Amino acid sequence: MQFMLLFSRQGKLRLQKWYVPLCDKEKKKITRELVQTVLARKPKMCSFLEWRDLKIVYKRYASLYFCCAIEDQDNELITLEIIHRYVELLDKYFGSVCELDIIFNFEKAYFILDEFLLGGEAQETSKKNVLKAIEQADLLQECKTEKHESFVNPSCI
Amino acid sequence: MPAPIRLRELIRTIRTARTQAEEREMIQKECAAIRSSFREEDNTYRCRNVAKLLYMHMLGYPAHFGQLECLKLIASQKFTDKRIGYLGAMLLLDERQDVHLLMTNCIKNDLNHSTQYVQGLALCTLGCMGSSEMCRDLAGEVEKLLKTSNSYLRKKAALCAVHVIRKVPELMEMFLPATKNLLSEKNHGVLHTSVVLLTEMCERSPDMLAHFRKLVPQLVRILKNLIMSGYSPEHDVSGISDPFLQVRILRLLRILGRSDDDSSEAMNDILAQVATNTETSKNVGNAILYETVLTIMDIKSESGLRVLAINILGRFLLNNDKNIRYVALTSLLKTVQTDHNAVQRHRSTIVDCLKDLDVSIKRRAMELSFALVNGNNIRGMMKELLYFLDSCDPEFKADCASGVFLAAEKYAPSKRWHIDTIMRVLTTAGSYVRDDSVPNLIQLITNSVEMHAYTVQRLYKALLDDISQQPLVQVASWCIGEYGDLLVSGQCEEEEPIQDEVLDVLEGLLVSNLSTPVTRGYSLTAIMKLSTRFTSVNRIKKVVSIYGSTSLILYCCNDPISSWISFNFHLTECPLSVCQTFQLQLLSPSSNVVPALNQGTVTQVIRVLNPQKQQLRMRIKLTYTLKGSPVQDLAEVNNFPPQSWQ
Repeated sequence: MQFMLLFSRQGKLRLQKWYVPLCDKEKKKITRELVQTVLARKPKMCSFLEWRDLKIVYKRYASLYFCCAIEDQDNELITLEIIHRYVELLDKYFGSVCELDIIFNFEKAYFILDEFLLGGEAQETSKKNVLKAIEQADLLQECKTEKHESFVNPSCI
Repeated sequence: MPAPIRLRELIRTIRTARTQAEEREMIQKECAAIRSSFREEDNTYRCRNVAKLLYMHMLGYPAHFGQLECLKLIASQKFTDKRIGYLGAMLLLDERQDVHLLMTNCIKNDLNHSTQYVQGLALCTLGCMGSSEMCRDLAGEVEKLLKTSNSYLRKKAALCAVHVIRKVPELMEMFLPATKNLLSEKNHGVLHTSVVLLTEMCERSPDMLAHFRKLVPQLVRILKNLIMSGYSPEHDVSGISDPFLQVRILRLLRILGRSDDDSSEAMNDILAQVATNTETSKNVGNAILYETVLTIMDIKSESGLRVLAINILGRFLLNNDKNIRYVALTSLLKTVQTDHNAVQRHRSTIVDCLKDLDVSIKRRAMELSFALVNGNNIRGMMKELLYFLDSCDPEFKADCASGVFLAAEKYAPSKRWHIDTIMRVLTTAGSYVRDDSVPNLIQLITNSVEMHAYTVQRLYKALLDDISQQPLVQVASWCIGEYGDLLVSGQCEEEEPIQDEVLDVLEGLLVSNLSTPVTRGYSLTAIMKLSTRFTSVNRIKKVVSIYGSTSLILYCCNDPISSWISFNFHLTECPLSVCQTFQLQLLSPSSNVVPALNQGTVTQVIRVLNPQKQQLRMRIKLTYTLKGSPVQDLAEVNNFPPQSWQ
């Protein structure tokens, strides 16, 4: 995977994970173009499109678009499963996740993603293990923590 | 000094902004506060401030002044600091900036940290954005961790190694020893990342590929266990055990089996097993089948297995899920050359996909359909493709029209069918036909001598119906100019038009708003040509004198002897031969009157399209009357500079 973008139906970016080195300007350009392209797709269209020399796999969950750019030899269908697994992880962590959770806790969304994927590939295929690791890491946070429903917010942030 | 506002508080505040300007103001205010906090070297709240900066960065605001702060956070002993610091590094730093190298030492320390979650942060960051220099410096540490018994770290080290190898391929060798027993691991995370690492190494080095071929039996065993083992809740996805690992193993098998008979044979059974036993009701099962098909098609599999694979694709085409149909068409497009006959069996399903609602599916179905056209199915296929051309979106029409012309040229069962097909394209999608089709079609018609009468009659009829589609009008005009005598002389099947009717039509093209200048050129040329074929020369002269300043489109012969352009506004019987080499465009002369007594000149620009780079020569014939007597003057221009035609 070269990058993953999460954005709302209004085109607002909620998460951007880049696995290839690009300068800020290029990232912004790519994001702008891709968001526009994906938002223009009709519901009846399939989840894949060709864009530049990459394959784009996207899926909408409620108000958020999950969009991945994969290479030619990557499997589009399993990428849909990767996206789905990430959504499941977020859902379990936040307890019935919605866009607002990702907005207000974006750093946690990144932490979870970084326990699931590394360098663009899945590092752990067990849902349980990913969530356990996050839970343990959360406990390591030094400052007095405030419990917020299903996860913890360190008071220092 | 009050504590800086919390992250979530800031997010809440910024979201209340009603305009972009209001948001910008809030951001600027907060950035100023953060900047002074950074200046004061505040350790307590650095973490909070960087987190806020990262939020603002996501909104699109500059955050470069936080880069060094990320490094300070990474160097901190606090886990919370490190977590935000590494996140900030991954978001704000990139390898183009020297400052990222300052991370190297911190990462090195953290790779050896006593807490595995800190080691994990370091591995993740290195594996995500490590530059070549960093990778060189830290490869040894990664290699060490690749050998640890801690599966949490081992799986991350494997993917980190993949990144290192991508950045510094020469370092691949040093990871070889550590790969020795990677596949003996029980832990799925380690297995998955190990397979990714092995794949990367095999793809990059033929030596590695040869070395790892011996792993085929082990991989086959692991895959078999995944399929045969009972329900494993930890790795289950809709009844399938660890589909991610299955797909990755299948991909590695593909690389190992490619161009190797023994390996291909060793994996034959398991591939057949996966192909027949995988549950197809959900996407996850189909993802595995898809990868299996790709593997079967790429290795040296026996024909029975290949047919099985193509049949899976055929079934995919009937799936309700459009994503499945899409990958099926993409895969079939890749295999249509090598397994043509097997794909042919699914031709009708493929043709049905032309009616699909999804644009990408339609396009692929169209490409695949053209790839499947052959001498046996040309009539049936062309019917479907022409129907598609009629009803498809404009974005397809040009490609479809080109495809039809190509297929017709290759497989036309008869000349008449060929002309009819061309006619059909010109009348239904005439405005989308490519510019170069017009001269190609003219060539085709020229060569079909026995069809001239039929063709000109049909084209004339088409013109009567519709003069808006320029390529059609151009081809029709040209034909009428060439074969107008056949049109009016009763050699056609239907009632022939009379000369004046034909001239009416051609003149109509000249005046119509729908005609482009190129089209006008064609029609004027046709009218001029008819001066040698029709008897109503006076009428023709009149038309030409009115429209004479229109550019003419002429084709000149390849024959160097007759390679000359002849034009004048008082017609003689000079036939204009029609060939393919040059295309000429004569622009309006600067004046209709040459001033007397050398007081001035008349210039006319001639644009020559000379794709075959034939030598240019020009012969000019001037006729005028002097003191009541006709004079003719000939001149030849042979010294066009070579640059003008080479």
